[in-house]
Amino acid sequence: MFGVSSWSELGGIILLSLAVSGTAVLLAAAAAVPLGTALGLSRFRGRAVVLRVLYTLMGLPPTVAGLLVYIAISKQGPLGGLNLLFTPAAMIIAQWVLVTPIITGLVAVAVEERDRRYRETAAVLGATPRQTRLLVVREARPAVFSAIVAGLGRATAEVGAVMLVGGNIRGETRVMTTAILLETRRGNFGDALVLGLVLLVIGFTINSYVHRLQVGKESGR
Amino acid sequence: MSARTSLSAAASPVMTATGLRRSYGERTVLDVGEIALHRGEILALMGPSGSGKTTLLRLLATLERPSAGEVRFKDATWAASPPTVGPSPGDLLSWRRGLAFVSQNPVLFTGSVRDNVVLGLELRGRAGPGAEAAVTRVLDDLGLGALALTSCLSLSAGEAQRVAVARAFVIRPEVLLLDEPTANLDPANVGIIERALVAAVGVSDWCPAILLVTHNLFQARRIAGRTGLLVAGRLVEAGPTHDVFGRPADPRTKAFVEGEMVF
Repeated sequence: MFGVSSWSELGGIILLSLAVSGTAVLLAAAAAVPLGTALGLSRFRGRAVVLRVLYTLMGLPPTVAGLLVYIAISKQGPLGGLNLLFTPAAMIIAQWVLVTPIITGLVAVAVEERDRRYRETAAVLGATPRQTRLLVVREARPAVFSAIVAGLGRATAEVGAVMLVGGNIRGETRVMTTAILLETRRGNFGDALVLGLVLLVIGFTINSYVHRLQVGKESGR
Repeated sequence: MSARTSLSAAASPVMTATGLRRSYGERTVLDVGEIALHRGEILALMGPSGSGKTTLLRLLATLERPSAGEVRFKDATWAASPPTVGPSPGDLLSWRRGLAFVSQNPVLFTGSVRDNVVLGLELRGRAGPGAEAAVTRVLDDLGLGALALTSCLSLSAGEAQRVAVARAFVIRPEVLLLDEPTANLDPANVGIIERALVAAVGVSDWCPAILLVTHNLFQARRIAGRTGLLVAGRLVEAGPTHDVFGRPADPRTKAFVEGEMVF
């Protein structure tokens, strides 16, 4: 049946999807978690504007993220010399651009909400400002984890950015979402559905794992 | 200020408030004369919702700045001066470490009952093995011994409130500020907390000053040495609990202790 001609090719597509999105989300988290935490804890002039810009970027259409990265890495772009266009690295960069604001925004909101709730309690318990921040961040940990998972969901599900900068090249940059697009266009609905199902199963597995971690945390030690 | 609307007593107090006022814009929510807290004494402050009770506690705990007047505690002054003047960060920390604040809706941190109770000691670097016995004793005093390892997320309201009280007790603060600690609790939980408060002021090497904000006049009568009545931000009556209930000077107090709806 498979337009993607073999099961091994299907396996390659799934693995590449996970590798690209996983790497993009790990790199995004490395930047977004400290940034979101700092934003959630700090009060400065212009913070409201920064947050509004951030919330706007959280809704950045994947095609726009792809377009920006495409311009940056195409031959005439500032990063053209790196020859990244139509490589998995380009796809990782595009998803990083897409996912970093999402994780940053979710972490900032989570930390700020806990800051309101726990700051005074920590202060009158005798915490120094530094101890107070640590307590607030510790309380936000489950939400930070959920933010990263939300980022992973966004990355694995998007198609526009990886299509633009990856090019959906068979055996090189074809991932699950771009393969679904292609198979649907070819009329291979069965294959497209199988790929969609795999995507759903992956999402379900990740969410089940996160849920188990969080329930485990809540039931205490 | 007449003798019956001043909450000062003769012996030298641990914390004093003088001419304390708090306004939000045009609206003054608290305007009290002098309040002095003495070690070994429970001072009850009654009053309807919105009478400024919680605001007073927040001012004493340095969570809010007074609009006028000042609070003195541990050789420092918390006054209406601009934020550049006033306690240094070190003095502010020592102020807050000298007191404990229990709110009506306690905020507990993720972790077990024991984790929460030991938190104040940890923050002060006093949580070592030497503190184990003290933590266990406080847990037992508040009926939490069997719950020590239970997650705070699975506690009832009464249990959570007892954890908040235990967390305050284990620090052994000089001043305990309690904001309706037994509101919404059943009689069994109220009894446990009241007995613990009465026992605390009798502990010779601790002997805290307790300021207990309460709606419950029976509670004030049961455990407070002095009682004040706060109405619309002003102390309309204050004095030894026995006198406030036996011979109230203000008609509003009289109505309140006789059980009439006055607010």
